[in-house]
Amino acid sequence: MKSILIKGGRLIDPSTATDAVRDVLLRDGKVAAVEASGKLKPGKDEDVQVIDAKGMVVAPGLVDIHVHLREPGQGYKETIASGTAAAAAGGFTSVCAMPNTVPVNDSPETTRWMQSAERGAAVRVFPIAAATRGSSGEALTEYGSLKAAGAVAVTDDGKPILNDAVMRQALAAAARAGIAVIQHAEDTRLTAGCSMNAGPMAFRLGLRGMPTEAEWGLVDRDIRLLAELKDAHPHLHVAHVSTAAALDSVRRARRNGLRVTCEVAPHHFLLTEEAVGLYDTHAKMNPPLRGMADRDAMLAGILDGTVDAIATDHAPHAAHEKEQEFERAPNGITGLETALGLSLSWLHKTHKLALSRIISLLSTQPAAVLGLKGRGSLAVGSFGDVVIFDPTKEWIFEAKQSRSKSKNTPFDGWTMLGKVHTTISEGRVVFQGS
Amino acid sequence: MSKPKAATTTSPKPQTANISTNRIPGSVISVNDLSMEDLNSVLQMAAVLENEDPLVRSKRLAKRRVALLFYESSTRTRTSFELAAKSLGADTALISSQSSSIEKGESLKDTGITLRSLGAECIIMRHLSSGAPYLLEQSTGLPILNGGDGMHEHPSQALLDLRTMLTRLFGAAKATRVNEKTLAGVTVSIVGDIFHSRVARSNALLLPRLGARVVFCGPAPLLPDMAAEIGPGVEIDRDFDRVLDRSQVVMMLRIQAERLAGMRLDLDEYKTRYQLTEERQAAHAPKAPMLHPGPIIRGLELTAGVADNRQSAIAEQVRHGVAIRMALVLRALGAGKTAKKAAKGKRA
Repeated sequence: MKSILIKGGRLIDPSTATDAVRDVLLRDGKVAAVEASGKLKPGKDEDVQVIDAKGMVVAPGLVDIHVHLREPGQGYKETIASGTAAAAAGGFTSVCAMPNTVPVNDSPETTRWMQSAERGAAVRVFPIAAATRGSSGEALTEYGSLKAAGAVAVTDDGKPILNDAVMRQALAAAARAGIAVIQHAEDTRLTAGCSMNAGPMAFRLGLRGMPTEAEWGLVDRDIRLLAELKDAHPHLHVAHVSTAAALDSVRRARRNGLRVTCEVAPHHFLLTEEAVGLYDTHAKMNPPLRGMADRDAMLAGILDGTVDAIATDHAPHAAHEKEQEFERAPNGITGLETALGLSLSWLHKTHKLALSRIISLLSTQPAAVLGLKGRGSLAVGSFGDVVIFDPTKEWIFEAKQSRSKSKNTPFDGWTMLGKVHTTISEGRVVFQGS
Repeated sequence: MSKPKAATTTSPKPQTANISTNRIPGSVISVNDLSMEDLNSVLQMAAVLENEDPLVRSKRLAKRRVALLFYESSTRTRTSFELAAKSLGADTALISSQSSSIEKGESLKDTGITLRSLGAECIIMRHLSSGAPYLLEQSTGLPILNGGDGMHEHPSQALLDLRTMLTRLFGAAKATRVNEKTLAGVTVSIVGDIFHSRVARSNALLLPRLGARVVFCGPAPLLPDMAAEIGPGVEIDRDFDRVLDRSQVVMMLRIQAERLAGMRLDLDEYKTRYQLTEERQAAHAPKAPMLHPGPIIRGLELTAGVADNRQSAIAEQVRHGVAIRMALVLRALGAGKTAKKAAKGKRA
């Protein structure tokens, strides 16, 4: 395997609190050395590819802890190969794949199948397994053997665990296994037949609306269970938070010493329900785009540090599925190729959030949330996962150029800031920008 | 935690170009698709066509093709659109969700493309899903006349309601011209199941543009507070008698049992508070014309006496419906431009 020497770039590595010009040497898939520019000398017979990163930011590869890769079972929407190619193009080197596949990933066999080399993944795939068998919310899966097979968390994403007793068991069992339970917080008893956020816009469009209570109500319930199980120290991770009240609950729970983490998706800190416009199904996702106050609260939560991670909830759907009546169209948008560009243009350029904070939210912190060892860091000995991007370059995202099999994004034609130059996964170049 | 100042700026403009910018001239999916000028020409054209010799009228759209695509049952809307198109000489084809390939799972897009291939130049559509007409318009590029989509809008109903109101309040001669002040000082109450009503939404968006005040009245489960935010000139008052006292026009709505979706409603209490009875009408709105988009359920939202008395405009509404829909079909097929000429010709 060729070594890679990344020269002259601005290394931003939140895990070592580094923000300086450094050369980085990757050898055998790992970070071999990080030194002041010009000081690194590869071995005499070493076959080295040199990447000139002058003017670029060199950062630990991005980590997305919430993606839907659709395999097994729904290869017409996305495959592990196409989804991870999109990830690489977006600067991601680790993606955590949700279990709502066909069949549901509730077994060590499927978990291993997803990580097999035959899937042709461009970057590392970490499966997240179902918390209950078939994600039917009844009998727990085998957390210990799922973890041994490579699962990094459990969840019934998309099918929230409503039953108190089952959620209590899941939290306790996950604590014993040393993994997090991820909850898609939606009290589906309040959202039957709903297709957007509840409010004046939904009323005007004649659509049934999901009240914010459906989200924060379940977050509060989960936090109550967490408090009951305090001694076992379970870890709850709240997926795609979209309401101010849910974020407040997370803040409070943390102050009370509970182990709660949360993520926010770019569309929830950028867009409001107004984006639905005239029933644009590319603005339909779950949780839905909310009102301005909630949108602003997501932004505030990112700026003040409440939010642990930015996660895309990359949810590819075929064109014919989105080209349906709004109420019939499936929920979700793609996100892997737009997360960095939107975060830089909106959080960094507009809201002046430091680059190191953004990289932390997109890499170091999500890796820590799910305990992905050696990811989200360029400390010597870490995996050779690197993203090199030009932080000043503006570019226009075109959905039809996407590496994902599906093009369901509301950000088609948007101007992005920060163009990915090179993505390196475990010491191999997996994406090179034009 | 203090909110960062800059966070209150609006988000970058989303590009929803795939739908919002590709509107087709002649389509009426929302009442907002019609400018004030359009409203005037539709009302004028309706009057012209209503009074025109049927043989002359039937040459206007002779052998042009209009499709009626009905995913939901309908008596008034379907029949009156069909009669309207036929009165203008057009050939009509009716496709309903039962007895068509829709039952076999054909998508709305493909059904629309099929109708276009069969020569349809305009599709009149009723659908149970809000917003579906925009999808049909986008997939076919044809003008779409919305005959009611889910809980969203029913623009031809609002237009025929407007014509009915104008005729009752000011006489037929004045029912052809409107401006921002035409209904100034007029309060129109809309009573009952507002939440599920596309008629309520279309009227609440249309009437205030002509200066009217719209008052929604009904119980909270059928009338959420946010309904008042649908647009300017709309308010909520849940005291039916007080609402009647100030109304120049009263519009009663049916409780849409088929859309209640598990909502529990005490019908006896509803009737006590919101049923329009002859006593109530005599005491609080003895002069106000009473409109109802139909179908009416006698003994529920109104009593039989109210449905049949002189204040009831229900039968007129149906008649105005044919005239309004003729004007809309003519406009959709691009033949509406001759309206002024025809009107002048008739006067001369």
